[in-house]
Amino acid sequence: MPNQQIEIHTLDNGLTIITEKMTAVRSAAIALSIPAGGCYEPSGKNGVASLLSDLMLRGAGGNDSRAISVAFDNLGVQYHLSPGWHQITFSAATIADRLPETLRLVADIFLRPQLKQDSFEMCKIGREQTLRSIEDEPRQMLMIELRKRCYTPPWNRSSEGSLENLPEISHQDVRTHFQNCSVPTGAILGIAGDVDASQIVSQCEQLFGSWSGESPSLSQGSEPKPTSNHIEHDSTQTQIGIAYRAVPYRDPDYYRAWTAVNILSGGMSSRLFTKVREERGLCYAIGASLNTLKEEARILCYAGTTNDRAQETLDVTIEELKNIDQNVTESELQRCQARAKSALIMQEESTMARASSLVRDWFHLGHITTLGEVRERIESIHTEDVVAYARQHPASDLQVLTIGPQPLQVSEST
Amino acid sequence: MKFEQETLDNGLKVVAELNPNVHSVAFGFFVRTGSRDETADVSGVSHFLEHMVFKGTEKYSAEDVNRIFDEVGANYNASTSEEVTLFYAAVLPEYLPVAFEMFSSILYPSLRDDDFKMEKQVILEEIGMYDDMPTFTAYEKLMQTHFAGHPLSRSILGSVESITALKAEQMRAYHESHYLAGNITLAVAGNVEWSTVVDLTKKHCNHWPAGETARDTTEAEPAGGVLVLPKPGAFQEHVAQMCPAPASASPLRFAADVLTTIMGDDANSRLYWELIEPGRAEAAELSYNDYDGSSGYMTFLTCSPEDVKENLDAISVIYEQVNKNGVTAEELEQTKNKIASRIVLRSERPMGRLSTLGSNWVYRKEYRSVEDDLETLQRLTLQDIHDLLQQYPLGQLSTVAIGPLESFPK
Repeated sequence: MPNQQIEIHTLDNGLTIITEKMTAVRSAAIALSIPAGGCYEPSGKNGVASLLSDLMLRGAGGNDSRAISVAFDNLGVQYHLSPGWHQITFSAATIADRLPETLRLVADIFLRPQLKQDSFEMCKIGREQTLRSIEDEPRQMLMIELRKRCYTPPWNRSSEGSLENLPEISHQDVRTHFQNCSVPTGAILGIAGDVDASQIVSQCEQLFGSWSGESPSLSQGSEPKPTSNHIEHDSTQTQIGIAYRAVPYRDPDYYRAWTAVNILSGGMSSRLFTKVREERGLCYAIGASLNTLKEEARILCYAGTTNDRAQETLDVTIEELKNIDQNVTESELQRCQARAKSALIMQEESTMARASSLVRDWFHLGHITTLGEVRERIESIHTEDVVAYARQHPASDLQVLTIGPQPLQVSEST
Repeated sequence: MKFEQETLDNGLKVVAELNPNVHSVAFGFFVRTGSRDETADVSGVSHFLEHMVFKGTEKYSAEDVNRIFDEVGANYNASTSEEVTLFYAAVLPEYLPVAFEMFSSILYPSLRDDDFKMEKQVILEEIGMYDDMPTFTAYEKLMQTHFAGHPLSRSILGSVESITALKAEQMRAYHESHYLAGNITLAVAGNVEWSTVVDLTKKHCNHWPAGETARDTTEAEPAGGVLVLPKPGAFQEHVAQMCPAPASASPLRFAADVLTTIMGDDANSRLYWELIEPGRAEAAELSYNDYDGSSGYMTFLTCSPEDVKENLDAISVIYEQVNKNGVTAEELEQTKNKIASRIVLRSERPMGRLSTLGSNWVYRKEYRSVEDDLETLQRLTLQDIHDLLQQYPLGQLSTVAIGPLESFPK
């Protein structure tokens, strides 16, 4: 594995800066996260975090919305600001020598956004458009609705916001969210690429040194949780979602869980693809992934299939999920490890992937796992470890959700 | 970075950009066949065939194919467009021989009847999936409307009817006549020696059947028109529009790229400031879709049905202004910076270089390094944009709308 040059520095105000020097690239990528995601939104105001993400880019420091865009374009910065469950994260990449100028703009966005009333009104109308468009795409809607049902509040909120709550959100709500949540305590800045760590740290001391504030407290999350397991929709396909408990990234068993999910759904020789698509031709798209929050996680499984074959698809899929502990072979394990090795080594070709990975590790673990360590952990897993994990965390208490013309029968006793 | 190329006796073209500084190597077989090369009775066969390739040969079963690619951790897939069927993979250099042998074998698959029957179900599911995605349907129907009577109007997926009726013998005949070495370009980018590429190619591709098929690339003469597809229960209206743009071989293509980025990129473009920033639309974008012989500027709008007319009128005013006055020096400069950075960032990964390398050869038999692209971009002038707009002004000739609207607002 490539030898990684990673340095970690924490400013007095709590901002953690993690850099990784990559020698074979010309670019640099940034990921900056603040504790401002959906879990910090007030109850009944789902959408505050996404509105704040929209609004932060609409003017900051002495620059209005257009001036920020122009400045980023002139620097060749590709960027976006996205709300998540825990955090709001700014991600960007550009040619490495433009990093100092880029960081100046980023500091304005996080410390001095204008958050103007008229911009807020425009963001709110735009947000409504986005949410309405999601309702037109049943596949996108499925994952949002499945999360609503399989996690408890505040973790089940949509990071896009909700059409029901949107009218209740005021300009002041968004400003308050910014004041509470755009803070250095708990903020993580990851930078990867052709960069110099000491230069970055000294520039960040200047740019972010005056930033202050303590981590916000979690929202109570008292809103009711939807219980229905079918949403009627006039569509050609039925969308099937299945969720059940798994262990999060910080858990010592995480790589066993990761391996189990990859045996199910990593690559085209995986079980779900083979049993549901290759052997039965039941669907085009099928897959399962490990969705991890800090303290809990779920396996989220998806299949889309035409309506008259949906019941069979659901039945076969559930059977595979339940049988994950059966006949786990060395060959399945070897393929997971080979895919992991390639993916990890190729991650070193992408500054964007490395910057986000630095932030992710620090947030979940409080330290950085090198690519070599990840590979070692994955390669130390044996078939009996996967079986043991699958028996400790079986596919039971399934949350099933379907979107389509007809509800389906869930044979599993949940 | 070093460029190498060779053509085998059977006509297979091989191009490679060698870069010892990256960790992986990406390769792709670009087969010059797609929906535009089909006849109505086999509509969708190119795409269906792309799936069938993975069902294997006498030597490798479908299960072997999936298993072996995963055993070497290949990041691989395939895609079909109107013009090209592409099979590609990125692997660690030590696994290139295995992945290469696999793809070069399965490009000539057995096309067994039982596999054909099973995969037909998957294709029908894929058609069903896209049927629930209004943005995809808008694109497909726009191509049918704008290029009516021209081969580019053909659907990539085909229809439920054409796929249901398709027979394995028809696919075998199509494969035999289109998968000829002269129709195929192999592009390789990344950490590999040229001698390795040559050896692999000679070993695995020399026996491929020679030959090349002709393609009618007469420029389309679109008549334009409006098609409204009501979708009761939908929230948003999705509108796609097209008008003629310079063909893929035209030297005007660089200017067309820059112009559409200035006008309709997803951020900091004229459409963005007019429609997205104020919240008037969810999406308002302009792209340059280049094809062999005929291309299109494509406008894409998603908004509330009641705002469609006003927004399309606003777009029309924006296009009239630029057709008349061109763009500003400032816009040109910003956009050059934006595109230059995209070119550099994309090129850092072998997979990012692969499509540029392959397409340049398939469409124009030319190699262009990252530096060549950056230089051409920097040399573009306001006059170039002006000349482009003289020949190919922006417009809204053909329109397709999908959503709650039952008819188009006058």
